[in-house]
Amino acid sequence: MSSSAGAQGAPIKSTGLHIGEPAPGVKKVDPIIVADNITRTFGGLTAVQVEHLEIPRGAITALIGPNGAGKTTLFNLLTGFDKPDTGEWTFDGQGISGIPAFKVARKGQVRTFQLTKALGLLTVLDNMKLGAKGQSGESLARALFPWFWRKEEAEIEARAIDLLTRFKLDAKKDDYAASLSGGQRKLLEMARALMSQPTLVMLDEPMAGVNPALTQSLLDHILNLKTEGMTVLFVEHDMHMVRHIADWVIVMAEGRVVAEGDPHEVMANPAVIDAYLGSHHDEDLGDLDTGAMTAIKELADDDADEDKR
Amino acid sequence: MIDWILLFSNAAQEIISPTTAAYALAAVGLAIHFGFTGLLNFGQAGFMMLGAYGFAIATLTFGWPVWAAILTGVVASIVFALILGIPTLRLRADYLAIVTIAAAEIVRLLFTTNTFEPITGSANGLQGYKGGFEALNPIPPGTYGFGPWVYNEYDWWVRIFGWGLVAIAAFITWRLFKSPWGRVIKGIREDEDAVRALGKNVYFYKMQSLVIGGVFGALAGMIFILPRSVVPSNYQTSLTFFIYAILLLGGAATVFGPIIGSVIFWVLLSFFSGFIARAVEVGWLPFLSNVQAGQLRFILVGVAIMLIVIYRPQGIFGNKKELAFVK
Repeated sequence: MSSSAGAQGAPIKSTGLHIGEPAPGVKKVDPIIVADNITRTFGGLTAVQVEHLEIPRGAITALIGPNGAGKTTLFNLLTGFDKPDTGEWTFDGQGISGIPAFKVARKGQVRTFQLTKALGLLTVLDNMKLGAKGQSGESLARALFPWFWRKEEAEIEARAIDLLTRFKLDAKKDDYAASLSGGQRKLLEMARALMSQPTLVMLDEPMAGVNPALTQSLLDHILNLKTEGMTVLFVEHDMHMVRHIADWVIVMAEGRVVAEGDPHEVMANPAVIDAYLGSHHDEDLGDLDTGAMTAIKELADDDADEDKR
Repeated sequence: MIDWILLFSNAAQEIISPTTAAYALAAVGLAIHFGFTGLLNFGQAGFMMLGAYGFAIATLTFGWPVWAAILTGVVASIVFALILGIPTLRLRADYLAIVTIAAAEIVRLLFTTNTFEPITGSANGLQGYKGGFEALNPIPPGTYGFGPWVYNEYDWWVRIFGWGLVAIAAFITWRLFKSPWGRVIKGIREDEDAVRALGKNVYFYKMQSLVIGGVFGALAGMIFILPRSVVPSNYQTSLTFFIYAILLLGGAATVFGPIIGSVIFWVLLSFFSGFIARAVEVGWLPFLSNVQAGQLRFILVGVAIMLIVIYRPQGIFGNKKELAFVK
């Protein structure tokens, strides 16, 4: 695959990200996002209620939690796709709370979606070119006069083809994105996000619906982002992936951050087990959510495997 | 006996008629809205009406020269686009459809009402605004042409002006949709949120698209009134639907589709209405009266739209992979 530190073997984890004991809302050495007091309610349901949260720069942070924990809602709030009831947050030191999504993206914080949004009836190459920021040909007045933007367009195309080659989509560049498989669309969406040369990449369930053969390649791409100096924040249900690549894990449940820390330690935290199994986990096993049980079992197996090595 | 030569020659006249040009230009505007941006504008008749009345009122009431009259119609359509767009473009596409269809009717009723009779002419409409346009005609008086296309100098001037505008609009549209601007617009058609996540001001782009298509509609309204007078009943909702028929016939996400679509639409419509009228006269269709025969052609238009949408959703020129009736 790629030359990343992470291929197959254990990726190099960033450590020493936090100041003091890992706990919900712990201070980071160099935070890229600092959020305070974010709440979002839908009718009577409080979807997100985060008192303080810092996302470490230059690291891969995973946001995990059971379904309905408010992960995607928090994502939408941070990227400007939804407006919070209360809350302030800064990105790279600038307050960006309440500004529209497109301005957030222009500041270098780019996101992907849980349900992949490939622009189906644009070619793969056009999808990529759309990702580039600050194109002068995108202004209506200059669009009519190709000599203003022809050179820029050629540069963007070269960059797009370079990225497509890295994501092994270059053979598909003239096909409509609608003709790609689900996994290829995930790759395309990530590659398109990279066209904007972001500083923070936010991936909403990058592994959902991706077949195992593509998983490793996607993982490598995410690790590559870190080696290239970008910060990654992702939502994920696949615990293997979280454990494998995340430097830091934030656990949400019922809209709150219930735990934070290094992936290995955080899994052992009683608050996390509560969050996944429900606080009634001492009741009859038959009532338990089997999905969550499998996740926890897989983690236990993982730990056993690693101990053997 | 049916005079076939006359039928064909009448149909052939529609190829270059100013009405065909007007519908073609309105359809190009609608292609920008619907085919490229995915905006469901059901009020193209309203834009055309504002162009027509803007031109006529500026000439008759204010006595302005032709260029200022054209500008009045264009500005009116821009204002109309802003009024429609500001509240609805942030919402889902369906809302724009509802608002545009209602707004076009409101505009039509405002021009029809007796309250503004001195300015709008109410239901009788306006005439006598062509003087300035006639004065600009560089063609010396006389009759020109060959075959079925023999016209006087004014008729030729209207045709040249109308098709000239269509050509300019088509060129602008073609240029725009080969540019990065057009790429953003097509991206918005596919998925607004994805484009927003890439840092594009989707609302602003949609507004630009609504304004450009609306201005084309207004110019089409001006071409439309040059060979006839301004009558409010010409701008009913059915006008918008005919333009949709033309657009779908030619191909919604194409530049030349709407133009060729308009030519085919008018040639066929003229041929069929002529044919049915003659056929009733000579007794081939004994079950139809003359009045019923006049309506039959519109039934045929309806059937044709259904057949296109079902069997050739991309239109004549459309790329099947790119546009299967938008989505």
